[in-house]
Amino acid sequence: MTATATNPASQRPTYLNHAYTLWSWLSTTDHKRIGMLYLGTLTLMFFIGGLAATLIRLELMTPVGDVLSADGYNKVFTIHGVIMVWFFLVPSIPNTLGNFILPLMIGARDLAFPRLNLASWYIFVAASIMALYFLLAGGVDTGWTFYTPYSSMFSNSNVTGVIAAVFIVGFSSIATGVNFIVTIHKMRAPGMTWFRMPILCWSLYATSLVIVLATPVLAISLLLVALERVAGVGIFDPALGGDPLLFQHLFWFYSHPAVYIMILPGMGVTTEIIACFARRRIFGYRFIAFSSMAIALIGFGVWGHHMFVAGQSAVAAIVFSLMSFLIAVPSAIKVYTWTATLYKGDIRMAAPLVYALSFIVLFVIGGITGLILASLALDVHVTDTYFVISHFHFIMVGASVSAYMGGLHFWWPKMTGRMYAERPALLAALFIGIGFVLTFLPQFWAGYLGMPRRYHEYPDEFQVLNVMSSAGAGILGLGYAMPLFYLTWSLRHGEPAGDNPWQATGLEWSVPSPPPKHNFVEIPVVEHEAYSYRPFGAQGSERVESDEEIQR
Amino acid sequence: MTPDDTTSFRWWTDAVSSHAERVDALTFGFLGLLALLVIPVAILLPYFVVHYREGSPASRKRAPSNNRRLEWGWSIIPFLLSLYFFWHAAVLFLDQQRPPEDAMEIAVVGKQWMWKFQHPGGQGEIDSLHVPAGVPVRLRMISQDVIHSLFLPALRIKQDVLPDRYTDLWFQAEKTGRYHILCAEFCGTAHSRMRGELVVMEPEAYQAWLDAREPDDTLAARGEKLFRAYGCSGCHGENSVVRAPSLAGLWGSPVPLADGGTVTADATYVRDSILFPQRHVAAGYRPIMPSFRGQIGEDDLVELVAYIQSLGSRDRRAAPVRQDRDGEQTDEAGETTSP
Repeated sequence: MTATATNPASQRPTYLNHAYTLWSWLSTTDHKRIGMLYLGTLTLMFFIGGLAATLIRLELMTPVGDVLSADGYNKVFTIHGVIMVWFFLVPSIPNTLGNFILPLMIGARDLAFPRLNLASWYIFVAASIMALYFLLAGGVDTGWTFYTPYSSMFSNSNVTGVIAAVFIVGFSSIATGVNFIVTIHKMRAPGMTWFRMPILCWSLYATSLVIVLATPVLAISLLLVALERVAGVGIFDPALGGDPLLFQHLFWFYSHPAVYIMILPGMGVTTEIIACFARRRIFGYRFIAFSSMAIALIGFGVWGHHMFVAGQSAVAAIVFSLMSFLIAVPSAIKVYTWTATLYKGDIRMAAPLVYALSFIVLFVIGGITGLILASLALDVHVTDTYFVISHFHFIMVGASVSAYMGGLHFWWPKMTGRMYAERPALLAALFIGIGFVLTFLPQFWAGYLGMPRRYHEYPDEFQVLNVMSSAGAGILGLGYAMPLFYLTWSLRHGEPAGDNPWQATGLEWSVPSPPPKHNFVEIPVVEHEAYSYRPFGAQGSERVESDEEIQR
Repeated sequence: MTPDDTTSFRWWTDAVSSHAERVDALTFGFLGLLALLVIPVAILLPYFVVHYREGSPASRKRAPSNNRRLEWGWSIIPFLLSLYFFWHAAVLFLDQQRPPEDAMEIAVVGKQWMWKFQHPGGQGEIDSLHVPAGVPVRLRMISQDVIHSLFLPALRIKQDVLPDRYTDLWFQAEKTGRYHILCAEFCGTAHSRMRGELVVMEPEAYQAWLDAREPDDTLAARGEKLFRAYGCSGCHGENSVVRAPSLAGLWGSPVPLADGGTVTADATYVRDSILFPQRHVAAGYRPIMPSFRGQIGEDDLVELVAYIQSLGSRDRRAAPVRQDRDGEQTDEAGETTSP
């Protein structure tokens, strides 16, 4: 428990120092090293997508097109969407933090299929290179949604190449999803029952189910677009006898659940951070565990809310609207639960907690506006405007990336054996939170006043709001760039972290930092749940209660 | 091209129909309720963070680990409250799906990257739409290429415009003025320039505007000429010897199909029957009609549809009689060429 102040890397064999060659990294099957490989790759993709976002915000500072040509702008927002969704947000938390932490959390020596895990990274890298090639050399102008018949029969850009890359990267997601599901089912340490697992494991489990069930549908629909484009098989284009709405149904059947792929892991990370920094057992463990599963399941029944003005039947629209209201319930449960967890805690304000709190704030704003979008007549007005853009950025970027950053800071000492510098970390968290709100709040307003999305030029009256948004994006960009520097700096110069710098109670904190190659010398036997904080745990508690009392 | 005083920044955009006002009221009402539901979090979150900061003297005795009643409460009560807005937004949406019978019809063709509007009297305009205030207007819309979306922010409505069937959008603007017409569905290079102007005028001014534009022919009259020019009248005309269904009185009535189903004879049905005649073969007729796919553009189709619409709906008194006859002698009813 007590942190040893010795240099972590030099004396003890760890997953980092048992071999140094490039080949030892490229051929590793160690989930921790693969997590680090993903971390590097995803960071690169995040900044490429961010660069595209910078160009978008620069262009929109004036109502006329002056930075980019119309086609150039369309290609840039497509780069932004495709890279950020499939090559950063979907894999972000599961493939970096999840890969690293999940086996440690449940007391396993690795994931169930270590080689499949490495293969998933190679598939990811190959697909990334392919996507970047087609997006940059020539480009694609369809937006990340690839709506037909524009994408299949009208666009003169590299649609097929990018579709192929997205198709391929799906296999990387599926491989990770299958790996997590099997690992959680089969490799929990003795005594690690389902209801003793950290909440992050539940949310990664729910995420994996969604990935495995939904990604094949995306693959099929993209394949059909390619088939129509290349071979002229009439599926979506009415000129060939197809139905353009069919594509939207197939696409959103994946892409709405994909939003939950992006947010569920973030909810898990936030739960871990709040429990640890409030020194409190998570309030209402079962409600929060089941709410992840509920989100995963109901998430498959709401795709039609993207199509209220697309021409689907009124009955379908009403059902999809009601389902969308329903899915807000488990999300609300989580928000109330996190708040209640802070009650009577011993709250220590540190960078991970600041990120977790901004997750909650941003998630609430995104969630509230999501309910406006779920309401039929209200959606008709604001859909396809900046209101939608702002809404899903609050959820998928504001909240998700805050959780990702929070998790990265929280487990950084475990992953690297070093502490990051607290002061710049707090500053970056503040910049990200404030910059995000400044960037995206004006977009809600612009959208409600009627500014459509994907507009290269726009009516003059929206300029003030767009300038406000671009100014906020400057602060946001600075905030996102800062961790790159101080985290890298800490690799060499950070204070040795010790095994458990946060005095956290999960299994991952019981092994040295950085962990040895095979995690546990002896597989631990688990006797209580992951949150041994007040009122159950050793720290500041009156007594340790029995499992039955815990599981009330 | 630019609507009134839009060059300067405005915090608000007028709602110029009762529907638009109701959308605003529901939106801000719902936001109010949601704010109310968030207030506990907004107050308690910062309060807990400060009050229970590490080392503060606040008591931590009897810290709860769960509370069933509280958890069920915050799961269900917010949901039930929000259902009020679900319901009203749904009802408003359904109203918007049902245009009034007497609505004035304007045909809209969207194409990369312009909007074309055709008034019933035959007046056409591009990227601008003049309508009378206080009169229900129904837009019958189709796209010539990709999916577009006609967005009228001042009326708080939009509807996707599809390439394979007609979609409708209706409104009744109450306040005269110039407002945006925008394309809201990404449609390619000049998507952001696919904009126009909605001009809401006093009914007298609208009539004067129409009169000033030499109406050559009404939309339906132009359709009638096309009906002859494309040879439709050869089979579907009054005195035709070929056995094809007569189109008089067809509009809006249920059409029994050869495969046993029934479709309503609306704009999409008429258009489909011209382009894809094998899709819906009327019961009792052989599938001999040739397809006009690729030969008739959307503009001409709009006129043909307007002509067939002008032939009117079946007389209500006559309908039951004919139905009876259909019921008794299915084959013969189908063979009947014209009323």
